[in-house]
Amino acid sequence: MDKVQNNKAWFLVLPVLVLVAFSAVIPLMTVVNYSVQDTFGNNVFFWEGLGWFRDVLTSDRVHAALGRQLAFSGIILAIQIPLGIAIALCMPKRGFWASVCLVLMALPLLIPWNVVGTIWQILGRTDIGLFGYLLDKIGVSWNYARNPVHAWVTVVIMDVWHWTSLVALLAYAGLQSIPQAYYQAAKIDQASRWKVFRYIELPKMQGVLLIAILLRFMDSFMIYTEPFVVTGGGPGSATSFLSIDLVKMALGQFDLGPAAAFSIMYFLVILLVSWVFYTVMTNLDKAEGR
Amino acid sequence: MAQITLDNLAHSYLPNPQSEDDFALKQLDHVWKDGEAYALLGASGCGKSTLLNIISGLLVPSRGRILFGDRDVTHQDTVARNIAQVFQFPVVYDTMTVGDNLAFPLRNRGMDPAYIAARVQQIAGMIGMQDLLKRKARGLTADAKQKISLGRGMVREDVNAILFDEPLTVIDPHMKWELRTQLKALHNEFGHTMIYVTHDQTEALTFADKVVVMHDGRVVQLGTPEELFDTPEHTFVGYFIGSPGMNLIDAEVSGDVAYCGGHAVALGGSYTAPGGKVQIGIRPEFVTLSSGSQGLPVTIRRIEDVGRHQILRAEFEGQPVNAILPEGMPVPADANRLIFAPDRISVYADDWRVLPVHSKATPQREAV
Repeated sequence: MDKVQNNKAWFLVLPVLVLVAFSAVIPLMTVVNYSVQDTFGNNVFFWEGLGWFRDVLTSDRVHAALGRQLAFSGIILAIQIPLGIAIALCMPKRGFWASVCLVLMALPLLIPWNVVGTIWQILGRTDIGLFGYLLDKIGVSWNYARNPVHAWVTVVIMDVWHWTSLVALLAYAGLQSIPQAYYQAAKIDQASRWKVFRYIELPKMQGVLLIAILLRFMDSFMIYTEPFVVTGGGPGSATSFLSIDLVKMALGQFDLGPAAAFSIMYFLVILLVSWVFYTVMTNLDKAEGR
Repeated sequence: MAQITLDNLAHSYLPNPQSEDDFALKQLDHVWKDGEAYALLGASGCGKSTLLNIISGLLVPSRGRILFGDRDVTHQDTVARNIAQVFQFPVVYDTMTVGDNLAFPLRNRGMDPAYIAARVQQIAGMIGMQDLLKRKARGLTADAKQKISLGRGMVREDVNAILFDEPLTVIDPHMKWELRTQLKALHNEFGHTMIYVTHDQTEALTFADKVVVMHDGRVVQLGTPEELFDTPEHTFVGYFIGSPGMNLIDAEVSGDVAYCGGHAVALGGSYTAPGGKVQIGIRPEFVTLSSGSQGLPVTIRRIEDVGRHQILRAEFEGQPVNAILPEGMPVPADANRLIFAPDRISVYADDWRVLPVHSKATPQREAV
């Protein structure tokens, strides 16, 4: 049968191309454009080459923001992953209470980011917030707006409150998929509770836990709204994570060139980390022979 | 090691069982003699696995007691009962090596490391995995994983019993034969009580000294393979064991003659007229084809040649009747009568075998 050649078919792809161009390609190219030019106003641009990239890479301010960012992601992963697993282990496996738990766990995930920020901003206040008030009563003069440690604690607790459920739900799903025979066999082998966890539950949860770590790392690495609402990156720049610093640079100081170079590198870092995770996960699947 | 006694045992998965139908395992009294190899045979869902899990302590029975020797273990857990169990699907600890998998039950019991190493070597030799001891268990084939599970089940020497829950389901046919033979050899060597659950009659008959046939939550017969073949106590045993199973034909019995739809069939013994639904049963091996005027007139449906012999599929008044004919025996065109060997006929009332008042030749059987 003769194939009918009809190049008009390409027109059908056009809407998608246009959409993607406007949503991703053109904005990204604008950023690329800014990152290699400088301007003194009046819409006059000068070629800057890789100068902004060099500046950003050697900037102490960006290094500090990156350091804070890595510390933040590290801390919340170190809390949320074990805590999520622990919660999943404690949740009932079936029945009425299992459903109740699932709904309760899912609730924080449904709250918009800036609402979460507002909730914790108020909770942390000593005059009208329960959390701050109680701390004040037991003798801690709580002030997340002035004390960097207090600001960090508030932001970390807020993130843990918001996102631990996600880890718990994923871990719960992983636990539910373990056949009963494994537990029975472990009982017969006289394995302790710890060994059941170490040799059955943890290995079986490995896949979902990797997904949880990836999701939580990416999300926390890009966090903006919640700390912005609570602390605005302060006090000083104590909680200025990468996104907050970037916005300060781009919109606060209107340093479009360095900010553009910063954005591109930020994007590449996230791409790189995602790729590493993806590779690790697919290799893991192969090793399992699935 | 100990004798295992089931005393008045029954189990229901419902919290408040009302009628007998609510019980997955109907009332049962049974003694598993120390050091024997038993097979628990039955169709899927007949309560085999329930019974096994009750013996191993993974399930607490709704009623009755379990005794190990003289010790009541009904409410003791698996650890206290000191039982090994192998499951239908392979259970291996993925992140451990094959050797660590085999050593796991021993290490958990704090055995001497030198002893563990020696014992693991021995078991690995048995299941043919000596070369793989250092390899991670993850990524092995289902066969290999199940062999590890079997090995883990047998690694402890002091267990009261080893239970197998259809352990060879996932194993290749040629490996099945080999592993079964090894299990049998192991049993002869160590003398553990072994209970082997299966729905495969060949597996049951080749593995066990005694076969326990279960049907609908009830033990219908316990016997040697010969007993199950010669004198099925229940129509289910007749039907389930043998290939094809026993022929069952509705009949009226009086004295030593059964009347099937007006045709007289001679019996091997004399019976007082049994009540209920009466059937006579005969294995296809003892049915011969005839073209005379004797025997039951049947309609021949087809003949299957299975190599060793031929199976004649026929019908008598809407009821299927099979006969096994010698290989190569021609079937005459006018042959339409089946003759039953009288002393091989059993009589069933409401599915249970009725004993003759006096028997001419029926072999004596052990009471259940």
